[in-house]
Amino acid sequence: MTFIAKPRVELPNEPVNAIGLRLRDYEGVGSTLCAGCGHDSITAAIIQAFWELSLRPERVIKLSGIGCSSKTPAYFISGAHGFNSVHGRMPSVATGALAANRDLVCIGVSGDGDSLSIGFGQFGHAVRRNLNMLYIIENNGVYGLTKGQFSASADPGSKAKRGEVNQMQCIDAAETAIALGGAFAARSFSGDREQLVPLIKAGISHPGCAVLDVVSPCVTFNDHEGSTKSYAYTREHYAPAVQTDYIPRAEQITAEYEEGQTLPVTMHDGSTLLLRKVDAEYDPTDRSAVLRYLEAHRSRGEVVTGLLFINEDLPEMHEIAGTRQGALTALPFETLNPGSAALAELQRRMR
Amino acid sequence: MKRTDTSNPDFYHQVVDCQWGCPAHTDVPEYIRLIAQGRFTDAYMLNRESNVFPGILGRVCDRPCEPACRRGRMDQKPVAICRLKRVAADHRDAIEHLLPVIPERKNGKRIALIGAGCASLAVANDLMPLGYECTVFEALPVPGGLMRSNIPAFRLPVSVLNEEIDYIVDMGVDLRLNHPVESMRALLEEDFDAVFVGSGAPKGKELKLPGREEGAANIHIGITWLESVAFGHVEAIGERVLIIGVGNTAMDCCRSSLRLGARDVKVMARKPRGFFKASDWELEDAEEEQVEIVVNHSPKAFVMEDGRLVGMKFDVMEYDIENGRILEQRAVEEVFFPCDDVVLAIGQENAFPWIERDLGIEFDQWEVPVVDEVTFESTRPGVFFGGDAAFGPKNIIWAVEHGHQAAISIHRHCHERALTERLPVTMNLGSRKMGLHEWSYSNDFDPAARRIMNHVSLQRRFEELTTEVELGFTADQVATEVERCLNCDIQTVFADDLCIECDACLDICPTQCLSIVPNGKEPELVTRLKAPRLEPDQPLFVSDPLVQTARVMVKDENLCVHCGLCAERCPTAAWDMQKSLFHFPRAADHDGSVPCQQRKAG
Ligand SMILES: Cc1cc2nc3c(=O)[nH]c(=O)nc-3n(C[C@H](O)[C@H](O)[C@H](O)COP(=O)(O)OP(=O)(O)OC[C@H]3O[C@@H](n4cnc5c(N)ncnc54)[C@H](O)[C@@H]3O)c2cc1C
Ligand SMILES: Cc1ncc(C[n+]2csc(CCOP(=O)(O)OP(=O)(O)O)c2C)c(N)n1
Ligand code: SF4
Ligand code: SF4
Ligand code: SF4
Ligand SMILES: [Mg+2]
Repeated sequence: MTFIAKPRVELPNEPVNAIGLRLRDYEGVGSTLCAGCGHDSITAAIIQAFWELSLRPERVIKLSGIGCSSKTPAYFISGAHGFNSVHGRMPSVATGALAANRDLVCIGVSGDGDSLSIGFGQFGHAVRRNLNMLYIIENNGVYGLTKGQFSASADPGSKAKRGEVNQMQCIDAAETAIALGGAFAARSFSGDREQLVPLIKAGISHPGCAVLDVVSPCVTFNDHEGSTKSYAYTREHYAPAVQTDYIPRAEQITAEYEEGQTLPVTMHDGSTLLLRKVDAEYDPTDRSAVLRYLEAHRSRGEVVTGLLFINEDLPEMHEIAGTRQGALTALPFETLNPGSAALAELQRRMR
Repeated sequence: MKRTDTSNPDFYHQVVDCQWGCPAHTDVPEYIRLIAQGRFTDAYMLNRESNVFPGILGRVCDRPCEPACRRGRMDQKPVAICRLKRVAADHRDAIEHLLPVIPERKNGKRIALIGAGCASLAVANDLMPLGYECTVFEALPVPGGLMRSNIPAFRLPVSVLNEEIDYIVDMGVDLRLNHPVESMRALLEEDFDAVFVGSGAPKGKELKLPGREEGAANIHIGITWLESVAFGHVEAIGERVLIIGVGNTAMDCCRSSLRLGARDVKVMARKPRGFFKASDWELEDAEEEQVEIVVNHSPKAFVMEDGRLVGMKFDVMEYDIENGRILEQRAVEEVFFPCDDVVLAIGQENAFPWIERDLGIEFDQWEVPVVDEVTFESTRPGVFFGGDAAFGPKNIIWAVEHGHQAAISIHRHCHERALTERLPVTMNLGSRKMGLHEWSYSNDFDPAARRIMNHVSLQRRFEELTTEVELGFTADQVATEVERCLNCDIQTVFADDLCIECDACLDICPTQCLSIVPNGKEPELVTRLKAPRLEPDQPLFVSDPLVQTARVMVKDENLCVHCGLCAERCPTAAWDMQKSLFHFPRAADHDGSVPCQQRKAG
């Protein structure tokens, strides 16, 4: 929280993107989170990624639940649509919004409490339904907004600020998403902008539910010794498995890469992801191998990051439901709502 | 890169570009804040400490601070630093009681100062409070040097000049007017402990062209002519006047001509715009008065008819210019401009016919004295030069700084201490934090444009030679202009070991001047910065390797607006906003008492 707003300073030669907007045109109102919160860093990465993708703000919808993390959509892309739902219910609202307008670029921002505690069921079904959205979980291991109680992502054995030790098992959002049959699961760290920005872009490109679990230290309640979600712990146990380069459709792949070490994935929108494997054994397309790998490294206390699993071919919600192309919102009212006579006729046919 | 040595005052001093650019190192942002608080007297005294003549300089300073001002780098005009100085001078209360106390008991040292211009007066200002007896010899009947004899009263009112000169003379200076020094030898034979030569560069340059002698009655040397105007010896000039040269003297000559009855005044420039010596604001003011500036005309001859000057011949020039440099030039045509009078304003030179050449005071091939750039001592111990007399014509603020430095040398000389062992510049940093999000300075960025000075109407301004053209800022203008200052002296001070690399400062910074990057050599490091480096002369701040990742925090000071948001957003207070207060030692700081007393005892 600051008293003055971040001032608008006209800079000499400030760069603009393909649609003539400056980075700052993708900002929102000033953050009211604690100074140093990882969530603010993720906000900055989102701003960077959307600016670089040259997305028109009015094409974007940003959704969230409740929590410090869920407050952050206010801090980016002021010109986008938005909905701040009740606790843990963001996926339901996202389902409705995307059902009505499948042309929206949808980003959901949630927390580990919002998605893995109260909203766990909603989260699971968003993945299963394969909603076409980027689903970011800003994961700090605590309920930040309610002053730091352990959340469902807290590791067993990790210590709270006042010393008590967590004894419950933790839910790993990325692993859970893969286990639930999710098509895109990634993990990153708020302090690794270079990894985070391409992952956000990849998640936007992905035609389905892209789950991005981002370790995001809570400076106020979970950045102490004994925490496994602090800046220092995350950096010490950081283990990238794959590095992702996002290459937009317009650009040719010019980088030379070694076969076997690098895996190019062509996305449906024409962009390409170059997955550079840090560990040559790792195969981000083999679901059971990925789960084995993640479990093995988790038991060693490592924070494995990168685009962990991807399957470009799973159908998303609209394909499964066979809905028409284009936004329902574009249809005339009479078509959308043919009246009570038509309803009666429909019911008659179904009797 | 190694960690930036921020304990060296030069680093933070360079961040305060205006203060770094000011020869006398006036603490600009501090006085602007004092003005913002309505503390005009304090603002005046702070100025006076450095530049001695705030009222004068607030009107006519050459203002090297303004092109340096970092506000000018944000696609904007610099803060009106000079005009704000005038605000402090115009609105201050009486300050006599704030001036240094002059000791009744003198220290027994007598100093001779030649010329009562700003250089000598600055020396006297620094030495009188230390008990020196200063005698100033001035050829003219009034003190002030070129400030009085050449800078026209419509730019610098006589009352302002008198007041600030009196502050110094009233310290008990023995001012001998109408007293030209005609022989240095004779002066040196008198019982002075040191001599300061502040006699200026009094010789206007000649233009030896055909017709110069025949037309002499209507061809005037700029600085001599301006002096005659200032002292009322010249009260009129012809209808059509040509001014040769396009420096600041030319601007004063053309504007003075208009006030003495000229109707058609042309300033004849040899070169195109961009090569003019005159300051932009002086050119603007002249053009506002309908002076025509004719470019690319090189003077060729004065034309006489029936024994009278009727005009001048010029060569029209063509230049090949690349990157602001003239590669090739040629005359393409000859043209004639009719006129009644010509004023030559093509420069000034030093002239020391009264200094005998066998006194051990060396001169170089251009008859300029050999003067040490730090101590201002000539090749004869005990004889010092300063102001225009030292290195040729400059400006008032340089002359004042020369005066400060010469005073230190004189003080050390009189107490038999090495002139070169001067005290270093020192720095003090003090936090400006008042609360979690509160600073004791106005940290918000104000996008307002530079305020425009109001002028006396064109009709009224020519009625009297002495009508001051600039009206000074209104209260509203002051209120806006002070907020334009970026408070560059409120430094971002970094405590390397506190940073947890959360990126909060990087993200909040409105000008992208912070980066956390892997360390490397400077050229390589620069490529990793968040925003391109636009001002390679502005040193970067580089931290020690940070605790968690061994990357370094880098700050490109160039575009920082000192909003303090980095410090507000930092969870560990690794950034703090601290005022840098520099102390520039003066004569009074150099203790001269001990050897002096020892000698008296012996
Ligand atoms: C037309 C004009 C306009 C200018 N405008 C500006 C301006 O707007 N802003 C600015 O900053 N600068 C300006 N300058 C420059 C500025 O006036 C000088 O740089 C400054 O006055 C130099 O100060 P000084 O003390 O060295 O010498 P001066 O001001 O020249 O004073 C020297 C004094 O010594 C006296 N003297 C000389 N020889 C002897 C002798 N033998 N015995 C006794 N006395 C002697 C002279 O009579 C004179 O009074 C201008 C200069 C000119 C010519
Ligand atoms: C229905 C309901 N139950 C409980 C709460 C109280 N509550 C507010 S935020 C929150 C937890 C948020 O945790 P998380 O999603 O991890 O967000 P963080 O603040 O850590 O970013 C809880 C339990 C609520 N607002 N609504
Ligand atoms: S903005 Fe203020 S402090 Fe900074 S250079 Fe300009 S006048 Fe000086
Ligand atoms: S004070 Fe800090 S946040 Fe503000 S411009 Fe300077 S470096 Fe950036
Ligand atoms: S806000 Fe503070 S702790 Fe965070 S990166 Fe900046 S200096 Fe380091
Ligand atoms: Mg949380």
